[in-house]
Amino acid sequence: MSQPKSSPAQVAHPSSPGILRQILSFSTDHKTIGLQYFFLSLIAVLLGMALSLIMRLHIIWPQLRIPLLGEIKPETYLAFMTMHGTLMVFFVLSTAPQSGFGNLLLPSQIGAKQMAFPVLNMLSLWTTVVSFVVMLAALFVTGGAPISGWTQYPPLSAIEAAAPGNGLGMDLWIVSIAVFCFASLMGAINFLATTLRLRAKGMSLMRMPLTVWSWFVTSMLILLSFSVLLAAVLLLFSDRHWGTSFYLPAGLVVNGIAIATKNAGGSPLLWQHLFWFFGHPEVYIAILPGMGVTSHLISTFSRKRVFAYRAMVYSMLSIGVLGFLVWGHHMFVAGMNPNYVMAFSTLTLVIAVPSGVKTINWLGTLWGGRIRFTTPLLFSVGFISLFITGGLTGPILAQPEVDRYLHDTYFVVAHFHMIMGMAGVFALFAATYFWFPKMFADRLMNESFGRIHFWMTFIGAYATFLPMHFLGMAGHPRRYSQIQGSAEYIQKLLPLQTFITVWAIVLITAQLVFLFNFFRSMRLGKFSGANPWDSTTLEWAVPKPGQKIVVNHGPYEFGDFQSSGSQRDFVMQSDSPFLTSNPSDTRP
Amino acid sequence: MAVALLIIISLITVGSAYFFGQSWIPPLASAHGANIDHQFKLDLIVMGVVFFATQLALGLFVWKFRARDAKASSGPIAEPSARVELMWMAIALALFLGTNFVGATLWAKAGITGESSAKSPVQVEVNAVQFQWYFRYPGADGKFGRTDTKLQDASEGNPLGLDRNDPAAKDDVVTSVMFLPENREAELTLRAQDVIHSFFVPEFRVKQDAVPGQTIRIHFVPTMMGDFDIACAELCGLGHYRMNAKLKVVSEDEFKKMQQQPK
Repeated sequence: MSQPKSSPAQVAHPSSPGILRQILSFSTDHKTIGLQYFFLSLIAVLLGMALSLIMRLHIIWPQLRIPLLGEIKPETYLAFMTMHGTLMVFFVLSTAPQSGFGNLLLPSQIGAKQMAFPVLNMLSLWTTVVSFVVMLAALFVTGGAPISGWTQYPPLSAIEAAAPGNGLGMDLWIVSIAVFCFASLMGAINFLATTLRLRAKGMSLMRMPLTVWSWFVTSMLILLSFSVLLAAVLLLFSDRHWGTSFYLPAGLVVNGIAIATKNAGGSPLLWQHLFWFFGHPEVYIAILPGMGVTSHLISTFSRKRVFAYRAMVYSMLSIGVLGFLVWGHHMFVAGMNPNYVMAFSTLTLVIAVPSGVKTINWLGTLWGGRIRFTTPLLFSVGFISLFITGGLTGPILAQPEVDRYLHDTYFVVAHFHMIMGMAGVFALFAATYFWFPKMFADRLMNESFGRIHFWMTFIGAYATFLPMHFLGMAGHPRRYSQIQGSAEYIQKLLPLQTFITVWAIVLITAQLVFLFNFFRSMRLGKFSGANPWDSTTLEWAVPKPGQKIVVNHGPYEFGDFQSSGSQRDFVMQSDSPFLTSNPSDTRP
Repeated sequence: MAVALLIIISLITVGSAYFFGQSWIPPLASAHGANIDHQFKLDLIVMGVVFFATQLALGLFVWKFRARDAKASSGPIAEPSARVELMWMAIALALFLGTNFVGATLWAKAGITGESSAKSPVQVEVNAVQFQWYFRYPGADGKFGRTDTKLQDASEGNPLGLDRNDPAAKDDVVTSVMFLPENREAELTLRAQDVIHSFFVPEFRVKQDAVPGQTIRIHFVPTMMGDFDIACAELCGLGHYRMNAKLKVVSEDEFKKMQQQPK
């Protein structure tokens, strides 16, 4: 393992109050905005995690009184569940990997000084903050937050009488998501423009780091999918307040009261089509940047170029395209025309191919490498392991007749928590440990705490989410607020649910180690020097003042460069073009 | 560190294989379900082999290729040829699509969604309301009578709003426990009047959403007598967790007797 040499501070390092001031400023600087997004996500993830702890306790112990909150009612559980999903999907997994690390690093990695539209960038950040505040407000209004899950299927979400939390709380949810859509669209345009227009000389598309490729593809997905979600939530709002019936059929009777008799002709399935047309690309929005980070770090710490770089790029692009063609696999038993399922099922299985290509290529990158066991590497390996485990249950769920049994059970909860939740978060941890010096003035996080954090989280993640598959196989439906009072066969599953809760507590406790390490390292972390991980990409390059960055090398050039007179085992992208290990190795 | 990673990944892999191999799924009680169980088992085996191979490769590679010293790596490794990449893709495609093809044909073979083609299936109308299941049988005339939401009154014993003036409605029976005869096809008509619910009987391997504004038919043959649980599988509100009902599969004779003396 290479221990970075600590170097004296060459530049003035801002102290903690400086960081606080930086985070609260209206800055147009991409690094500051990246950091601001990161902290927004950090608040969201801590809140989402706290909610999940309360949920896990309530499932097995419904009478438990939580300090400050008292006894949790079923509707409170469902409100917390809705907020947990919404916070994690929108404000963590769609925000931190893309807007957070993307803003922090994208311009640096392509040799640009700024994003293409710095002011628009600031606007997207503060619009996201507004969206976040509105979302949190839903927890505190009369009736509380909506209870129909982050998927918000109407009529449950459309009719006020159908559930508590369906009044102001639901409206705030809709407004927040609509605002979030605007913010994401602005961010995506900025990312696309920056990537296409501001690359340094010599930075051809096929010389871009895979992180940049992943932010680029993700931006396209955001642009095409969030616009559909925006339309969908506006129609939902219209159904709730302006007497339309996009999603509401005639003759609804809720609580014994016939309502909205003027409704006619709407279909609850329309929402599901629109929502999942957004929702499925959304899971790739959450995981593609993680794939980019993993490719980048696996290459860096194996001291080897990425195995089949071009295949990695094309597989990301094809995942992006295919992601838009598979939304119907969420709806096999929803009442959709049964003749559609074959098409959706087959297209879904085709996605397994580019995903498989990525996995094979990660293994190919490790093969023959000289792997340095740093904390970021550990989390990247954890990502691959969780990606495999979570990924392989996908083809099972994609088979309509098997899905008829597994749909809406804990099997699905296990599947997406493994592949989207845990794998996504592992990539975020890897990125945080790796790019910490870029976030906080050349400081590094502590490696020992990092390892403790990794082992607890890795084992905790498996122990928490693997047994959920078995609950699903036993037929335990998801979104049950408690076991007491549910069907008899479900009550027999209490021991397994209790096991999961215990491990969830371990998993959550492990994150305290991360938080301690994170905040401690902000002030006390070792100095990293310019390039602590012997990395090749431009964010670690220190150009001489006034010197223009010219890119002469591909993104992952590791190897033996002694013939060119270099003692290092890598060349940076901006290094002299004469540094080569092998004449055939210079192709762009 | 490398050794620890290899050991933990191996333990997780072997442990997963062991636990996935346990019989979590409740015993089968329907005619079409055997195919589904078989397919699920096949899925678990195919995915299990891929799971084993990739996880163990991951563990072994990080252990085998750990850096033993600070020396530089031995130089660039040849890029795979396009042919190798295409071969990988072809294998993956064949494996996943092959499994899926078998799986997808089951959908048509089981043919649960849609009207029954049996001669005289048992007709049951399944009505879902927050947080209760009601089952309606057409009675001797085999016809469901008219309902009107205005006539609904659960406290008067008419939760579905049966129009008692309609001759076809006179012999309709509404119950909160579902009865089905053994070894005869049942055709269920799923309705919901408030929000989306989902009819789920694990032992039958049957699940179907009941959607307001839609009438959805499913059919299947129960093959085992006994008591089963019906659970709601689509989030329907605060009482979602307790929205369940009992399903009793009885002999044909017993079923006929019950039809004659409704309780």
